[in-house]
Amino acid sequence: MNTLTTKLVFWLLILTASASIAADKQVLVQSTTSTANSGLYKYLLPQFEAQTNIKVNVVAVGTGQAIRNARNCDADVLLVHAKQAEEAFVEDGFGIKRHDLMYNDFVMIGPENDPARISNTTNIQSALQAMAKAQTLFASRGDNSGTHKKELQLWHLAKLDMSATDANWYRSTGSGMGATINTAIGLGAYTLTDRATWISFKNKQDFKILFEGDSALFNQYGVILVNSEKCPNVSKQNAERFISWLLSNDTQTAIAEFEIDGQQLFYPNAN
Amino acid sequence: MQESAINIAVNLITQGDPDLYEIIGLSLRVSLSSVALSLIFGLTLGAALATGQFRGRAVLNIIINALMSMPPVVVGLLVYLALSRSGPMGWLGLLYTPTAMIIAQTFLITPLITALSRQVIEDLYLEYKEQFASLRLTQSQRIKALLWDARYSLSTVALAGLGRALSEVGAVIIVGGNIEHLTRVMTTAIALETSKGDLALALALGMILLGLALLINILLSSLNLSARRQAYA
Repeated sequence: MNTLTTKLVFWLLILTASASIAADKQVLVQSTTSTANSGLYKYLLPQFEAQTNIKVNVVAVGTGQAIRNARNCDADVLLVHAKQAEEAFVEDGFGIKRHDLMYNDFVMIGPENDPARISNTTNIQSALQAMAKAQTLFASRGDNSGTHKKELQLWHLAKLDMSATDANWYRSTGSGMGATINTAIGLGAYTLTDRATWISFKNKQDFKILFEGDSALFNQYGVILVNSEKCPNVSKQNAERFISWLLSNDTQTAIAEFEIDGQQLFYPNAN
Repeated sequence: MQESAINIAVNLITQGDPDLYEIIGLSLRVSLSSVALSLIFGLTLGAALATGQFRGRAVLNIIINALMSMPPVVVGLLVYLALSRSGPMGWLGLLYTPTAMIIAQTFLITPLITALSRQVIEDLYLEYKEQFASLRLTQSQRIKALLWDARYSLSTVALAGLGRALSEVGAVIIVGGNIEHLTRVMTTAIALETSKGDLALALALGMILLGLALLINILLSSLNLSARRQAYA
């Protein structure tokens, strides 16, 4: 019995220890979900890993949670899309410098029959006001993500305060982008999504883009090196190499060439 | 959609998709390790609670029973806070590794194993108590005899633990981060495919996970059966 227990413990230690031995050259990225779910990383990262032998580990969560995790030092690089929050992150000393990486835009999706007739509207303010007036269901992320922050800004722009609303038609899912789209489709509700997630989304059913093209729907992605003075564990060299690779001409071209169904998902704009 | 999910599941398995086998392997490694660890802690604690006489035993039983309903997300969060680089055990560098997932699942499953094995052993102990006293067995001899004689019921307890480990997503997605080729397991892959709207693939992965559980249960029950036959032959 005792030898058996000893053997078991020994075997377990080997098993768990082997799990913790990992490649020493790696970069930990806290990221928004759209870049991961759309397949951009799957397309880009093997190129970087082949060139540099540095393994990139991506934790894809909402922008809000990604920033929180990075504030806990659980990241070498932050790649998200909420410029104000990113600048605050750098200002608070957690990030070294914020770089523009690429952009695309947000789109308003909803059921094909468009009950609030937002496809007839000419700007995002009137689209939102049409929804509020018709009281058609709207699914909000409600999770402090980049898309949720953008959505609240847009309501504010339309002079509607949704941050403290108890309107029955405004449903806060508190979930990620994909889960929120699934919910919206189940409810027949409108929702705001970034274009990359929508193009790559596979459960579209009868949902369509009903409003797009307003300049207020601009969606900028940024990349930040986490400050190794605040977070001594940051693998600075590898992370710096990764960021400069992302911003390099070749990679920027590669980002522009990434397409799904013939549609470009991200537009590089590093300077 | 259900039909295409079955097709996808069959194709994934027969075509030997390397990514699929990788995540199945990790699922098994994480879950089996955490169940094994939980058995070491849980059976010890369960046996002590079943046979020991000490103050606060009843209260401890209630607390451990209540801990069976611990939400995986809460366990994940607590382990995350401990293992985060800014947390008390951040220097270990274990966050976002399979080891972190094993730790979280061990915390999740140990109360379940403890509570269930305590009940199993206690029932048997009531039966054996007088015999033990007449044989003047020591405490550790008693526990060994009880564990051995209850081994078939306890294997079901272990299966309950394995079921919880294989099926939970809340804890491992927080402490593992669902990193491709590193910490992605069956359940986190299912969550990911659902969020991409690829419901057929998500369902196919779910079927494969269920098939895996079925396979493990068949294996264990046939082992049990042949052991029983030997014992009573």
